[in-house]
Amino acid sequence: MTEVDTSADFRSYYGKPVLKEPVWKVPDVPAYLYMGGLAGSSSTMALLAELTGRPTLARNGRITAAVGATASVVALVHDLGRPTRFLNMLRVFKPTSPLSVGSWILAPFSALAGAAAASDVTGYLPTLGRLSAGVAGVIAPAMTTYTAVLLSDTAVPAWHEMHRELPFVFAGSAVASAGGMGMITTPVAQAGPARRMAVAGSALELAATERIHRREGIVGEVYEKGRAGKVLRMAKALTVAGAATALLAGRSRTIAVASGLCLTVAGVATRYGVFAAGRVSARDPRYTIVPQRERKSAEERLGAMD
Amino acid sequence: MTDNRLSGPLADPAGDAGYPADHPERVGFFTDTSVCIGCKACEVACKQWNLLPEDGVELTGMSYDNTGALGASTWRHVAFIEQHVENGSAAATAPESVDLGMPGMGPSGGDGSVRWLMSSDVCKHCTHAACLDVCPTGALFRTEYGTVVVQDDVCNGCGYCVPACPYGVIDIRPGDGGAFKCTMCYDRQGAGLAPACATACPTESIQYGPLEELRERAAARVDELHAQGVTEARLYGHEPDDGVGGDGAFFLLLDEPEVYGLPPDPVVTTRDLPSMWRCAAAAAATGAALVAGCFLGRKK
Ligand code: SF4
Ligand code: SF4
Repeated sequence: MTEVDTSADFRSYYGKPVLKEPVWKVPDVPAYLYMGGLAGSSSTMALLAELTGRPTLARNGRITAAVGATASVVALVHDLGRPTRFLNMLRVFKPTSPLSVGSWILAPFSALAGAAAASDVTGYLPTLGRLSAGVAGVIAPAMTTYTAVLLSDTAVPAWHEMHRELPFVFAGSAVASAGGMGMITTPVAQAGPARRMAVAGSALELAATERIHRREGIVGEVYEKGRAGKVLRMAKALTVAGAATALLAGRSRTIAVASGLCLTVAGVATRYGVFAAGRVSARDPRYTIVPQRERKSAEERLGAMD
Repeated sequence: MTDNRLSGPLADPAGDAGYPADHPERVGFFTDTSVCIGCKACEVACKQWNLLPEDGVELTGMSYDNTGALGASTWRHVAFIEQHVENGSAAATAPESVDLGMPGMGPSGGDGSVRWLMSSDVCKHCTHAACLDVCPTGALFRTEYGTVVVQDDVCNGCGYCVPACPYGVIDIRPGDGGAFKCTMCYDRQGAGLAPACATACPTESIQYGPLEELRERAAARVDELHAQGVTEARLYGHEPDDGVGGDGAFFLLLDEPEVYGLPPDPVVTTRDLPSMWRCAAAAAATGAALVAGCFLGRKK
């Protein structure tokens, strides 16, 4: 293992960034990331609740999925500026573009989740509603992690370097958020799986985040320093608090709601923190130049040996 | 589908993009910064020909560079690097460091002098272009000349290409909302003309032509400079087996790339896309399995 000396000087063009910072807006894009994950896991939860005879949890899960997916589309459209621009995304299907693939996951998912929730609330077309919920539940897992690929498939060092870890952070966070929302919306008697989801999802998220912090090289720094680091530490504390209270939430609805709120804020903070870390890593030429220089020098040394 | 669809050497990007075999040969830019005098004729010619709006007039304090960086309305950017060199060093004695009559820096008669590095930067028209790969609308496309161009009527301003470019080239134009970058004067190429910047460059620092020919010419120029004792001369972006499959616009530099604001070892972001989707699928399955596990056991 080669230690990266973070204090070592590096050369750059007047300290100017090598990369362009993402132009995506805050809070639109972090909200889009959060809502998509929440909607995906809620939809899976609703499907399983339906199958195991927990009608209230199923209905609330469907409503959360519909609201989350719609909000996710609204946030994306707001970032783009015009609704036609979202439709423009669907003009082609491009496998090399995670945004194209993601739009093709998001569009049918939000339509189906919306239909399922509408049918459930109004009582109209129950068979079609159940069918929609079923198909949405199958697409749902993709909703929880495609946004991680969206971020990683950029030159932004903090996102690209973490392309193995980010999907697990997002998946864990999505499960925990959906569990949290299930605890908030559903009476204690039916919310057992939601409480377990809160704990299991948090554990996955914490484990994956830990791997990011343990990664060698200087890029991991941006997840610890400054505003991004502060927000991510808050996210971690809230996740731990949410998971711990979820263990007791079977006793009282008040505890359940408190735990759910912790996990909701934690989920938003995680997305915001990851987003902010990426921006810092793009803005500071150090995170582009130093790792690339290390890699190149290592290759040159190898080349000189043979 | 070849193995090199996402990264690696690719002999014919236009052919790979589906143009018939009789498409024109791949063209490119060879920017020889050792003869650049920093006159910025390329910047001006580009603005004029492409009718680019101004993007802010301010003094940056970065030597003679008040443009700053490539952007949506700056498709050629001349970097100015003022370096202090010790008397007697290779750079100071290099035969091509002629007195340009530029104002000197610092007290005269000191030990050492100033070396000016100037380089006209541009979109690299990568063999594997991340901007093109990630664009969800197909607004960015590969031309028959093997270059990369944005169609602004198709672009929806999603901004995905911006952080995807490993060179920080393409950007969204504020107010307009769409993404813009160098087209290598696609309209002039169609009429058999060289791009405006190359035409305007008085020192032939910017050379335009078939890429293969430019690569040969560049190799000869490096040898020539090395023979003259300019050992720091090196090519950048010419290797077809580098991280982006080689650049359609490559450079002769007199120092490390990062000194000019260029990344030392750029890699097309989509090279890792298969592994990204694999990890995302594994994570999605893990999440779904966790949820399912939570429904097992006691009905409570
Ligand atoms: S340099 Fe950037 S903008 Fe130009 S073709 Fe390569 S990836 Fe695209
Ligand atoms: S901003 Fe325009 S060119 Fe860039 S990825 Fe989006 S649609 Fe394509």
